[in-house]
Amino acid sequence: MGTKDINISIKELETELGQIRDLKFSVGRLVQESWTEPQGPTPFPSITALRGWDMTLLKRYRPFYMPFCDLCCLCTFGKCDLTGDKKGACGITMSGQQSRIVLLAACIGAATHTSHARELVTHLISEFGEDEPLDPGGLSIEVEAPNIRLVCGVKPETLGDLEQVLDYAEEQINALLASTHTGQEGNPLDLESKVLHAGMIDHVSMEVADIAQISAYRLPKADPEAALVDIGFGAVDTEKPVILVIGHNVPPAVEIMDFMQDNDLAGDIEVTGICCTAIDMSRYSPRAKIIGPISWQIRYIRSGIPDIIVVDEQCIRTDVLDEARLQKIPVIATSEKNCLGLPDRTRDPADAIVADFINGSADGAFILDPEKVGEIAVRTAMQIAPHRKRQKVPRSLEEGIEEAKKCTQCRLCRRACPNDLHIPDAIKAFARGDPGMLSDIYDSCVGCIRCEQACQQDIKIHSLITLAAEGKLRDESFKLRAGRGAIQDIEIRQVGGPIVLGEIPGIVAFVGCANYPGGGQELAEMAIEFANRRYIVCTSGCAAMTIGMYRNEDGKSPYEIYPGNFEAGGIVNVGSCVSNAHISGAAIKIASVFARRNLRGNYQEIADYVHNRVGAVGVAWGAMSQKAASIASGFWRLGIPVIVGPHGTKYRRMLLGRSDHEEDWYVYDARTGEEVYVGPVPEHLFVAAETKEEAMVMIAKLCMRPNDTSRGRALKLTHYIDLHRRLIGAMPGDIHRFVRTGADIPITMKEEILRILDEKGWKETVIPDPTLIARQKTEQQP
Amino acid sequence: MSPESWLTAEVAGPKKASVITKPEIADAMIKRAKRPVLVVGNIATEIDLEDRKLIDYLIDLAKRCQIKVVATAHTNAAFLERDFAPDAVMSAVDIANRLADPDWKGVDGEGAHDLAIFVGLPYQMAWTILSGLKHFAPHLKTISLDNVYQPNARWSFSNISIKDWIMNLKSIIGNQET
Repeated sequence: MGTKDINISIKELETELGQIRDLKFSVGRLVQESWTEPQGPTPFPSITALRGWDMTLLKRYRPFYMPFCDLCCLCTFGKCDLTGDKKGACGITMSGQQSRIVLLAACIGAATHTSHARELVTHLISEFGEDEPLDPGGLSIEVEAPNIRLVCGVKPETLGDLEQVLDYAEEQINALLASTHTGQEGNPLDLESKVLHAGMIDHVSMEVADIAQISAYRLPKADPEAALVDIGFGAVDTEKPVILVIGHNVPPAVEIMDFMQDNDLAGDIEVTGICCTAIDMSRYSPRAKIIGPISWQIRYIRSGIPDIIVVDEQCIRTDVLDEARLQKIPVIATSEKNCLGLPDRTRDPADAIVADFINGSADGAFILDPEKVGEIAVRTAMQIAPHRKRQKVPRSLEEGIEEAKKCTQCRLCRRACPNDLHIPDAIKAFARGDPGMLSDIYDSCVGCIRCEQACQQDIKIHSLITLAAEGKLRDESFKLRAGRGAIQDIEIRQVGGPIVLGEIPGIVAFVGCANYPGGGQELAEMAIEFANRRYIVCTSGCAAMTIGMYRNEDGKSPYEIYPGNFEAGGIVNVGSCVSNAHISGAAIKIASVFARRNLRGNYQEIADYVHNRVGAVGVAWGAMSQKAASIASGFWRLGIPVIVGPHGTKYRRMLLGRSDHEEDWYVYDARTGEEVYVGPVPEHLFVAAETKEEAMVMIAKLCMRPNDTSRGRALKLTHYIDLHRRLIGAMPGDIHRFVRTGADIPITMKEEILRILDEKGWKETVIPDPTLIARQKTEQQP
Repeated sequence: MSPESWLTAEVAGPKKASVITKPEIADAMIKRAKRPVLVVGNIATEIDLEDRKLIDYLIDLAKRCQIKVVATAHTNAAFLERDFAPDAVMSAVDIANRLADPDWKGVDGEGAHDLAIFVGLPYQMAWTILSGLKHFAPHLKTISLDNVYQPNARWSFSNISIKDWIMNLKSIIGNQET
């Protein structure tokens, strides 16, 4: 690492105050150069250091605001009506307010990952020591932390080195959050610039978290052949005691598995998980079983299968304790960020807590000691399971039908459903004994149970849905490739050229949450479509799980069919939410490992490279959270477009290009210094698609880049045209904007396209060495 | 006939849509518009109205009123199956972004649109998009022709039955016959 704390450690000290043992403290920083790459212009950038680059992007991709509320209610001046051209009492405009809310969301997301990373690093240092080396890929990886190197200009080598990176991230998020205070930043574009900064910081913190846990816990190290693990309700052996973990921070789950291992119980208990903790524990041990994305929480708890629930942090239903109480399942909260109102029993003996759970005198505990949690969870599950009567609600089909008969067809359930599912009709049919419609609804249900909240008859609608779909639930047993972590340098070298030249048509990253508009199958279908088209398909988190919960006619999941290599036609599960940093990291490494651009503290140049040359697109089809907002923001600052599903318009603004504004689509040709029209590539930076079909066409289009060779552009156009014809029903109307020279035209469609070009008055242009940075132009001119 | 958002929680702010209580209102707005545009989302291909789909009614409306049509998502394919070619194919947020620009020359390049009629988009997507236009396109009037109340449109039906919806659509189309 380039800079390092001075650490002083005193084992034992006699003072007038008494005896001090194991005192450690750090003072100042000293430069310790072991990385010879010259420092770039923006190491540890402040919140405005990259403002110029942001404004370059925002000039092309202007915000289109879609307020989710007409008012501002953030201070006691308010509520302020911001409709029309009214300003709030503080002077803020509606567009400023929307950017402000987007920044708040991005800050929440970045703070969440940063706090997670801090908690993880602190825990791992306490367990393994601060000198534990960072090793996310063994000999396969030289650039171990591309985001950290790029943003901070340092090369972390040990767990302890990550603390300085987190100090920086925390400071930045603090400043960004302060910018949202009343009477601070109000200019929409400056607020948007800060959104991009929050996103960049988010990727740094995600990288910290994942390389720390990969290194310390020996998770798969950039392994394309990471184990195939079980996913799905049906994969659980319900004859055994069952532990459920929910959340994102894996140490308690690791301790559960370690305790089982140490006590020869590994085969005796089922350790199951929901959300990213599940992904990460399956990286730690292939014996762990994943139930599914966040939307599976209610249905799994209500199944009565888990004997104990351990929650850590993020995306956990805040009513998890209420639901667990109904099933008489004890709950352990393990994070200071999610105490659930439970008594702090961190210092109580394990025996006492287990006894209280067994005799029912306690239904939950807050325990800030992962090792103790591991012991208590295992012992409780072992002791409680033989006696606990697992009871799902309703208990039988007949009971469910009786419940359905209470329905008055008021339709409030449908009017509460985010996907406008036809619940009243389905309940009516179910009451007549026909479960078909309700079972169909299961396929699109996101498990939010807003329907139940709205029901005036207190019908447990979600439970009826899972009852009607019981056969489907039992049948949920698939294989998922455990998260492999980073991308190897050798893989980057192999695909870097074809990607930059456009001969691999693109990298498509399916990421984010499970708030799908039409069920998870759509996501799997998209991933398969692009893997078959020989794009590189990456995935992570809930999206990675969803892709795995699909099987073909032969009963195989996509992970059993497509390789896990970062190569054309691969489906690459990098891991959990925090593993998204490996996807941005891969794009960054194309610039450094393949193209030999200096990485160190050199954000703008690398982002310019990625934006103009790396045909990557993120797809967050079910994006729900603030973390999804900050993850997307980090991709935007690298110039990588992100597509969201229709619910994504609720993020309040898009970043849209105008293909009809020719003046927006000029770049500098680094070879000649000339400004060259390159067409709208990529056309948008943040865009919502209405349907899966539209998203697929968008993906193909947004993979085009100014640097594509003619061969590469012809290939990308072939996919774009083919998908547009198949799904939209006709030739796209904007082909003329993407053809630069005659050689770009796909050979099989030459006559037809030439006719279109002629009608549009198309003129040939040149293929530049593209950059949006004026400095790049002058530096590279002869 | 209550002007409540179809999705109960998607409440309106201080500025909310006037209710189209009778088809003559929509009819008058369309007649008065110099450059109307009809934005049709994919749900128009799914909804059955008697023995036809919603999209069939919309084709009738577009033909008889000579309204320019923008097909969002994959709706274009359903139009083409019916031998009707929309004037433009673009995403819902893309057309909204252009409509918010008073200098945009419209789908035919002949001038800004003064009325945008939305129908067939997912409810919440239409809600947010119409909010964008409500706030940032003061030069544009908007109508929602879905059978659910869209508070961010300038004019919208309330939450009406399929039967009333059909009656209204037929009336609007009929009134527009020349």
